[in-house]
Amino acid sequence: MSGGRSAEGPVWSLHVGVVAGLLLLNFVLPDYHHGVFARILVLAVFAMGYNLLFGYVGLLSLGHAMFFAAGLYGAGLPMVHLGWGVPAAFSTGIVCGLVLALAVGLLALRTSGVAFMIVTMMFAQALALAVLYFGQWTRGDEGLVIAQAQRSLDLGPWRLDFTDPATRYLTALALFAIVLSATLAIVRSRFGRVLVAIRENEERTRMLGYDTFRNKLSAVVISGTICAAAGATYAILFGYVGSSFAGIQYSILPLLWVLLGGSATTLGPLIGTLLMYYLVDGSNDVLKAWLPDWRFSHLGVVGLALILLVLFFPRGLLGTLRQRWAGWLP
Amino acid sequence: MAFGPHLLLAALEGLVTSAVLALMALGLSLVFGVMRVVNVAHGEFYMLGAVIAWWVASLVTGHPALGFLAALVISPLIVGAIALCAERLVLRRLDYDPEATIVATIGLLYLLQQAALTLYGPEARPVPAPFSYRVLLPWFGYSGYKLSVIASSAVLLLATWFVLTRTRIGLVMRATQYDRETAQAFGIAVDRVYAGVFALGAMLAAIAAVLIVPISQAHYLMGLDPLLLSFIVVIIGGLGSLRGTLVAALLIGLSDGIVSMFFSPTLAKIIATLVVAMVLVFRPQGLFGTAAR
Repeated sequence: MSGGRSAEGPVWSLHVGVVAGLLLLNFVLPDYHHGVFARILVLAVFAMGYNLLFGYVGLLSLGHAMFFAAGLYGAGLPMVHLGWGVPAAFSTGIVCGLVLALAVGLLALRTSGVAFMIVTMMFAQALALAVLYFGQWTRGDEGLVIAQAQRSLDLGPWRLDFTDPATRYLTALALFAIVLSATLAIVRSRFGRVLVAIRENEERTRMLGYDTFRNKLSAVVISGTICAAAGATYAILFGYVGSSFAGIQYSILPLLWVLLGGSATTLGPLIGTLLMYYLVDGSNDVLKAWLPDWRFSHLGVVGLALILLVLFFPRGLLGTLRQRWAGWLP
Repeated sequence: MAFGPHLLLAALEGLVTSAVLALMALGLSLVFGVMRVVNVAHGEFYMLGAVIAWWVASLVTGHPALGFLAALVISPLIVGAIALCAERLVLRRLDYDPEATIVATIGLLYLLQQAALTLYGPEARPVPAPFSYRVLLPWFGYSGYKLSVIASSAVLLLATWFVLTRTRIGLVMRATQYDRETAQAFGIAVDRVYAGVFALGAMLAAIAAVLIVPISQAHYLMGLDPLLLSFIVVIIGGLGSLRGTLVAALLIGLSDGIVSMFFSPTLAKIIATLVVAMVLVFRPQGLFGTAAR
């Protein structure tokens, strides 16, 4: 653990500054990038949930798409089939993620290392197959579209319409800010320090009298719930619920984002998601322009990025920054 | 068709699946057993084996058997060479750290898959079978080629078993698997053993693919399902246990053939995946493996 009591000032001003900067961007970004940023903010929340488990506890899960999908379908299915409103659907999505995380955590945490990765991957695979199996409700690959009229919320005299770009951006930013402060509070709390201790040496932490299983289980549940919140928000803001979000690719992507931004840093997930999104987006255009006959898609770029990161840059951007210059970064 | 012959047909189809699965899972199991590396890109080596087999067979003119035999020799060699490069350039530099290698092989998976899409294209293409003899059973005719796949796989598995248990190479490999440091202290070039085992694992997957490609077709996305199935086989059989891998391949292949003939394949996959996860949680040494060291 780097930093200390003396670094309270810069930590809070940095995080408040980032959120304020993102708020400012709402008014200056051109239309296309405005939409992209809203999406990135929601996906960054997904990455932050992943980072809490992977970065701070050192548990590498290959199945976090299941928590995102639990939130996505938990919120989306009742909206489409039962006509539920936003608050009820959002809460259902979060509860689905919480319950799933608790069940998966209780089982998967009996294993460790490679077995943990494979068990989480298998559970996520089972959920993705289940989404396809219940195709008459989920419509499988094709997915469901949530009606525009349903995606709004009446708050007394005001009406929040989530199909409106500015509302959508600000809602995504609000979720991002809440999860960012929650993450910051967690990793700077006693609980967060126990998690890091488990990452560094689980045996020793247990010897010191901490219940490591219970602490890890709490981390899995919090992480899964954050990812589910991202999924539920995605369904409500963008109105699309499809099985691709449950697939293995969406378990790999948060890992990639966190690795790129820097694992075990609070702002790393945002930076990783942002860079990777634009890298994939840009590489598609560049590849089309320069190699028109090639069918090399963004997945190849994802693969290359994974290999290069893990070979040459295992700490990610903020991790390297913290190691070299700014030891106070949380 | 009556129930009995129907079941026989399902069992034969299941045996073909088992034969291919056993070869592929054996490669995965060897790599995990000796190197402690979970090779997520194993399915892509299988896919490359099939795609290169198509390429080689399309270059050779004359009797289809010539093209097939050429593919059976050349395809595993090329795939082995690619695996060797990946091992030297990536895995070795990561010092075989389990988590880093998993991330790197995931990257390799996407890279190989997209390379195949670029160079080979999105079409599914068949390779002609080397012969088209049909074995006439009293109830139905059955492809002689499929029976020969079962036989060749059995021969290859026996050969691998012989190499592992009866030769010096096998002894060196088992010594490395049992205790890397002591093996090194006894003058075994652990580094070279690792490179060899990784290439061998990929070649086994490629051979499995060449055998199957006259039955199913070569396609750039064909690697994912066999990868998951061989994970299942290796886990049920016990990570790193050879005999367990074989028994599990038979079990999974047969039940896959029989179950998917009578039930929804998706439901069968869901149940199989959950069962495997539970096996890992409650019996991490596998159903047939002995407790880990």
